[in-house]
Amino acid sequence: MQISEVVNLKEGTLCYHCGDLCTGGLGIHSGAKIFCCTGCKTVYEILHENNMCRYYDIDAAPGISQKKLDSALISRYSYLDDPNIIRQLINFTDGNISICNFVIPQVHCLSCIWLLEKLHKLNKGIIHSEINFLQKNLSVKFKPSEINLRQIVELLASIGYEPHINLNDIENKVKFHSNKSLYYKIGIAGFCFGNIMLLSFPEYLAPIGSLEESFKQIFGLLNLLLGAPVLFYSASDYFKSAWRGIKQRNINIDFPIVLGLVALFARSLYEIITNTGVGFIDSMTGLIFFLLLGKLFQSKTYDALNFERNYKSYFPVSVTVKKQNIETSIPVTNLKNGDRILIRNNELIPADAILYNGNANIDYSFVTGESIPVQKVAGEIIYAGGRQCGSAIELEVMRTVSQSYLTQLWNKDAFIKKDEDKFNSIVNIVGKYFTVVILLVAVAAFFYWYPTSIRIAINAFTAVLIIACPCGIALTSPFALGNAVRILGRNKFYTKNSSVIERLSKIDTIVFDKTGTITQTGEASITFNGSIFNNYELKLVKSLVRNSTHPLSSRIYDAIDSKELFEVESFKELSGKGIEAVIDGIQIRLGSALFAADNNKILLNSGRKSSKPDTRIFLSINGSIKGFFAVNNIYRIGLEEITASLKDKYDLMVLSGDNEGERENLEKYFTSSSKIFFNQTPNDKLEYVKSLQQSGNKVLMIGDGLNDAGALKQSDVGIAISEDITNFSPACDAILDAKEFGNLNKIIGFTKTTKKIIILSFIISIMYNIFGVTLAFESEISPMVAAILMPASSITVVLFTILSTNFMARRRGL
Amino acid sequence: MSVIVILVFFSVLVAGGFLIAFLWAVRSGQYDDRYTPSVRILFDNEEDKKNEKI
Repeated sequence: MQISEVVNLKEGTLCYHCGDLCTGGLGIHSGAKIFCCTGCKTVYEILHENNMCRYYDIDAAPGISQKKLDSALISRYSYLDDPNIIRQLINFTDGNISICNFVIPQVHCLSCIWLLEKLHKLNKGIIHSEINFLQKNLSVKFKPSEINLRQIVELLASIGYEPHINLNDIENKVKFHSNKSLYYKIGIAGFCFGNIMLLSFPEYLAPIGSLEESFKQIFGLLNLLLGAPVLFYSASDYFKSAWRGIKQRNINIDFPIVLGLVALFARSLYEIITNTGVGFIDSMTGLIFFLLLGKLFQSKTYDALNFERNYKSYFPVSVTVKKQNIETSIPVTNLKNGDRILIRNNELIPADAILYNGNANIDYSFVTGESIPVQKVAGEIIYAGGRQCGSAIELEVMRTVSQSYLTQLWNKDAFIKKDEDKFNSIVNIVGKYFTVVILLVAVAAFFYWYPTSIRIAINAFTAVLIIACPCGIALTSPFALGNAVRILGRNKFYTKNSSVIERLSKIDTIVFDKTGTITQTGEASITFNGSIFNNYELKLVKSLVRNSTHPLSSRIYDAIDSKELFEVESFKELSGKGIEAVIDGIQIRLGSALFAADNNKILLNSGRKSSKPDTRIFLSINGSIKGFFAVNNIYRIGLEEITASLKDKYDLMVLSGDNEGERENLEKYFTSSSKIFFNQTPNDKLEYVKSLQQSGNKVLMIGDGLNDAGALKQSDVGIAISEDITNFSPACDAILDAKEFGNLNKIIGFTKTTKKIIILSFIISIMYNIFGVTLAFESEISPMVAAILMPASSITVVLFTILSTNFMARRRGL
Repeated sequence: MSVIVILVFFSVLVAGGFLIAFLWAVRSGQYDDRYTPSVRILFDNEEDKKNEKI
């Protein structure tokens, strides 16, 4: 793709494809359309050729910015030619037609749906493509004789929708989770409940005794017939859960529910068969129906987000191995010690390896959150997880993928234990006491009436169990927590499930990671230290760095405020060293001290404070060093308020993988009492969290990179901070959008409020129960009273929890 | 009065028809994706407008 001639840009022109600001004054255009980069322009031209420009009409600037992609790297899909990998990726094939599913994280708007479902217009080999927007999942049906998997992936990549294919997908196929069985259960419960209510109405409305006996009996039998599937199928999960609880010697809230349901059904069965009454089938089915609705409400999940990622989700599927000068692509799991691998620009290093040759410039942002690349020379060890920036390098594998320094973390106990089983939610604690009390009251009622008549005694016993059925209590948590999950989701705090909210309300210790968590990723302040620096020289520097794609260059470029730029001559970029050029007749160099000084003496020990480590970029003009640019961390907006408001109530700690360079700055934010640790390995972090837990603390870990994965998993609640919600976050309980970091204290506060609301509504529903049980104790319970009391308590509780959580969220500004 | 029994029988039968329709809809995957179809229906079927000139 040739770069078009420069056109004059108006200030702030946005890219027609992706809507990004077109910077740099270099206009890339096709006709009247202006683009920010050639990548965006290429995509536009592909769509234009195929008559598919409607893409741009549905949503404005719907495209995905192509700036960061290196389109020369199409060869990296060569592993998709491997029949083994193809077999594992394809969901179905009969030789003529194949179906394959891809995860496409970039899907974000209506135009995406439109375009991705029109793939058949771009290639005749594709028969049909369908997208599931919420799960960001694309299913493609194609003819393998006309197009192969690699071509499909390349086609998707060429229009900006590169599928996310990784080791994990290959080992366990992309799963679709749906809660079909819950829908079946609700459908059947709703159907039976509705019909039973219709059949029970005559009983409610007719004056006592006026209803014909034959009707009563027929309606009663019909009710039984309709009620049975609800009890045995729709409510089966409650039976299973109660049984599981008993087996673990742990009575949960489902136990008294099951007790109530069984009492309801048994007594109704008896009354209807002996023709002594009409039973309580209506109440029973209604109760189950509402309970299931609560379950559906609580089951809100963020399909597109993945909370279970391990290193396999980050690592590439294949790697290029060099053997006697022949390059082949093999799956990374087959790598052996001593293999010679080739890592190109922007590729990830899959295993610990020794640099063999080339200039390594490794970006460890995946692992540590730190995006400034680290330079390595031949013979040094490069740990897995780094990304090479610059020219290709050759490495010799030291340890296999699963034995690498970083990946070993996943062999720890924390990753083996099953979570959540152990967690004792407040409902289950209440449920335990509730069950005991109810059983005692029921037995007491039985013995109280026993002398009078055994029939009344049995009636009173079952009536207590029925009326005390804790439907209100059982509904509280699903609705309160389910609503809290939704409210927090609107504030870009996405939880894995609703129990996270409850666990979050219990924490007393908060551990922060530093880089990428409390500091901003990809942004840092640039300061210049050195001798006089005038406007003219600033312009020179800005003109120089414009030509380089190195992340540090673009930071310096952004930091210098100057509009005019000079023509640059004989620009050279020496990977791992720096950049140089002649500008306006002046030779200018920017880079490492050695490079900038051009092997002259390094004059710059004067401006140096102790051994404070930061990243320095030296500048020399006409061979003499002028000074250096220093890159400092920038802390996230709102950190000060967060630490200020949290430090009274919680123990705050910082675990950083970095050196002590930032200690002074950190101590400004955290009190002297909070502990700050540096040079922590991923395993140190995990062990530290574990030791906190062993001394009885409930720990919230907040991290972002793969090096925090162990601590996130070990902690009671692990929150991952993510700049890009759909993309990169390690396994955790919740994901917080980095832009909303300032809301953290409000979020934790809100979970505590939610817990209080749950307790309040427990009290409300227990009051209903006490009222009902008093009636039942005297054995005066009629089907009518049961039919009114039970829904009334449920509805009160549901309304109370939903309205109060909404109200409290608004008051907290969420 | 037995006519009511017959009516009740038919009403349950009709309602059962709807239940089966619902179960069938869940089974065939209509509840798997509750968002995309609502968007898809809004896209025009007409062959795309002529591209604007470059």
